[in-house]
Amino acid sequence: MAINHGSKRLVVGAHYGLRDWLAQRVTAILMALFTVVLLLQVVVGEPLSYDKWAGIFATQWMKVFTFVVILSLLYHAWVGMRDVWMDYIKPVGVKLALQVFTIVWLVGCAGWAIQVLWRL
Amino acid sequence: MASTPSTPPPVSAKRPEFRNIHALSDLPNYRLPAAGIVSILHRISGVLMFLLMPFVIWLFDVSVTSEISFESFRSAFLAGIGFVPAWFVKLVTLGLIWGYLHHFTAGVRHLWMDATHSVSKAQGKQSAVATLVISLALTVVLGAKLFGLY
Repeated sequence: MAINHGSKRLVVGAHYGLRDWLAQRVTAILMALFTVVLLLQVVVGEPLSYDKWAGIFATQWMKVFTFVVILSLLYHAWVGMRDVWMDYIKPVGVKLALQVFTIVWLVGCAGWAIQVLWRL
Repeated sequence: MASTPSTPPPVSAKRPEFRNIHALSDLPNYRLPAAGIVSILHRISGVLMFLLMPFVIWLFDVSVTSEISFESFRSAFLAGIGFVPAWFVKLVTLGLIWGYLHHFTAGVRHLWMDATHSVSKAQGKQSAVATLVISLALTVVLGAKLFGLY
């Protein structure tokens, strides 16, 4: 347990700064990697058709990778949008409303994307 | 510097102060360095993609679900969809392409700065200009393809 008394007590912050900073970068690398992997599969071989496009997302490893990327995007966009609201929106009520909207929007989008991905 | 009582300190020219930047009266006159432009565009492109997320998932949905939906995906770019004309679908897609390319390039710049501690003023400017050149050039190339110029 963290020391919360005496000279070493924690006096500031919610302590999500470093965690979110790191998560922002880890999720970014995952999404960048996904972009390269997807582009390679699109470019290599025959010209793009429906069969080829759907085939890319039909393999199990690509489904899992896409799933991980959807979750990465969810967290990445949450950290980014929360930063934007924290920087520009002062009234607490408006800020809270926008943060709630962001969460609903992101979770909704992630759910929809996963549904599309897994019914293939 | 101590000044003698007989010679008062020179009155320096009044310099502009930015204490609380106003979006309309200050920002247009505010000379943002290249790194600052990349930074604010990183935010703008991020928010843009956040708002366009349902459009992206819709594109994914219709392009991948079935051959029939794939055809409606194609025709959205050729003949429009519903009351939305094709040029508007392409324009939104172009915005998406720019947003992705800028966010991607600026993100790689961040990772590169983190990994190599390339954070001097000169390096910051150099990499910011490179980011703008790369993302805009790729946007032009892909945009030309999108609008059927080649």
